Amino acid sequence: MGRIQLKQVKKAFGDVTVIPPLDLEIEDGEFVVFVGPSGCGKSTLLRLIAGLEDTTSGIIEIDGKDATGLPPAKRGLAMVFQSYALYPHMSVRKNIAFPMKMAGLSPEEQNRRIEAAAKALNLTDYLDRRPGQLSGGQRQRVAIGRAIVREPAAFLFDEPLSNLDAALRVGMRLEISELHKRLATTMVYVTHDQVEAMTMADKIVVLQAGVIEQVGSPLELYHSPRNRFVAGFIGSPKMNLIEGPEAAKHNAHTIGIRPEHLTVSTDSGDWHGTVGVSEHLGSDTFFHVKIDGFAEPLTVRVGGDFDLHYGDAIQLTPDPALIHKFDAKGLRIT
Amino acid sequence: MATKHSRVAARVMLAPAVILLLGWMLVPLTMTLFFSFKKYLPLRGDSMANGLDWVGFENYTRFVGSSSFWPSVQATLVIVGGVLFVTVILGIVLALLLDQPMWGQGVVRILVIAPFFVMPTVSALVWKNMFMDPVNGLLAHLWKFFGAEPLQWLSQASMPSLILIVSWQWLPFATLILLTAVQSLDSEQLEAAEMDGAPYIKRFWFIVLPHLSRAITIVILIQTIFLLSIFAEIFVTTGGAFGTKTLSYLIFQRVLESQNVGLGSAGGVYAIILANIVAIFLMRIVGKNLDA
Ligand SMILES: Nc1ncnc2c1ncn2[C@@H]1O[C@H](COP(=O)(O)OP(=O)(O)OP(=O)(O)O)[C@@H](O)[C@H]1O
Ligand SMILES: [Mg+2]
Repeated sequence: MGRIQLKQVKKAFGDVTVIPPLDLEIEDGEFVVFVGPSGCGKSTLLRLIAGLEDTTSGIIEIDGKDATGLPPAKRGLAMVFQSYALYPHMSVRKNIAFPMKMAGLSPEEQNRRIEAAAKALNLTDYLDRRPGQLSGGQRQRVAIGRAIVREPAAFLFDEPLSNLDAALRVGMRLEISELHKRLATTMVYVTHDQVEAMTMADKIVVLQAGVIEQVGSPLELYHSPRNRFVAGFIGSPKMNLIEGPEAAKHNAHTIGIRPEHLTVSTDSGDWHGTVGVSEHLGSDTFFHVKIDGFAEPLTVRVGGDFDLHYGDAIQLTPDPALIHKFDAKGLRIT
Repeated sequence: MATKHSRVAARVMLAPAVILLLGWMLVPLTMTLFFSFKKYLPLRGDSMANGLDWVGFENYTRFVGSSSFWPSVQATLVIVGGVLFVTVILGIVLALLLDQPMWGQGVVRILVIAPFFVMPTVSALVWKNMFMDPVNGLLAHLWKFFGAEPLQWLSQASMPSLILIVSWQWLPFATLILLTAVQSLDSEQLEAAEMDGAPYIKRFWFIVLPHLSRAITIVILIQTIFLLSIFAEIFVTTGGAFGTKTLSYLIFQRVLESQNVGLGSAGGVYAIILANIVAIFLMRIVGKNLDA
């Protein structure tokens, strides 16, 4: 069981309110991702749930029971830190055994769980090494192993992959997703990487300056962002946001169109412009296009071998059904 | 320092310092060894100019044969051990306290370090006259305030008093080294341990103490080196009486009070051997920590 509810939870450091009163429900077994720009309070929110910070006001309930005043150890949650926070003077085996030793489990049970975790995480050959003798990815797995053996009600991850290189990050992303499918335990995952958020989450919580901008499944956020901030934050490359007369034609303050929802042609189209920088990824190519009369260049996604070069003329046509409209306050118009 | 060229250059550059240090060490060492095999009593007319008689190992056997030898070794070890015990334990406690955020932190830290700046002779005098004096000392007043008979600190409890004085001097050093070590501990490790269900005592035992082991090693090594040769505090307080005669104090008495240079030099050689034995033991016990 791992149902977490935040009710009007507020956090201030001295005079600075980092998280204004906030409500959030995390269902049992869900994979919830907190995403948002740096400094928006993601870590603070996670630490509030973990009990490493005290709430200024509000209630945190775990499985329906008030846990606001409980110390971290009593909440039944396990946390994986960004720095891994392994105990450097203990072997991998002892690191993983530590929470079980603290809980007073029998040595046989400890060994059984260590073996199981090591097998699941490919750590069997490294059990007698010290953390200092492991690679970043292996350390990360030890940190996860230490969390798993506690059999917690929920896992909390704070940017666990941000110290890994790109290839390893993709691999670990899959491993964590698979772990979630296998254990079916609630996971709360903090990241500022929207690709991680989109690929792993059942539910994404988009935060800005401590305020929840939108909560929803990855596709809900992609298809109907509640406001300009979410529209710009979710999706890669970013959604094109256009203001001014072009937006007024659609009775909106701002219109948004994703790079993949623009049709490209060399002879006919709604918007005329010239190709600027192009980014070739092999499977896709992104053109940055300067459109006559628009303040900002647009990004457009086309297939891998589209033959256009710097300075060429280009014509773009948005898919009318996929234009997002926002009012002056940045809220979505439906 | 990887290339052959830079290694050669480094050796050349280091040479003056190494030669100077070697000379510094070797000259007194050879002189001590030389005198330890000679009969040299200046007051009885022996002098370098007249030539000194070779007496073989007689000085060595006499030094060990004296009834004060073994008690002095014991006194030395008791003082070193006692001071190490007190400073390491109190040092850890103080370091943990000073690491807590509190009002006036900067001033408190300077106050804690202050005793280290007081000369050993002065601090021993201050302790002897201001605190431990059985008539006028602050401690005597305290005892009287509670209706107790004031203690004759330096005669009735000479060893504990001496350990107290020396510990007071060395506590700042231990605290300072341990405080920097405490501050270098990653706070996420402590938080992880907290989430793993370790209460404060266990966090201290399993996380903080192992992290401090290297700093504790350094404190023990450095203090031992200095404490083995402790002298001023004894000279000023008890003058070697009441069982506080350490090896270095015994050597002092042999050379300057009995005016027997040969005998004192033999004692000096014993002191070197003792220091090396202690050093080897310490390296064995704690050396593991240094390369971990
Ligand atoms: N102990 C503290 N005292 C004062 N302010 C703090 C403290 N911890 C965090 N803050 C402030 O709270 C805000 C949110 O911090 P937080 O660490 O939660 O951000 P974040 O979303 O995790 O950012 P990042 O993605 O960079 O990790 C920041 O503006 C930060 O300066
Ligand atoms: Mg953070």
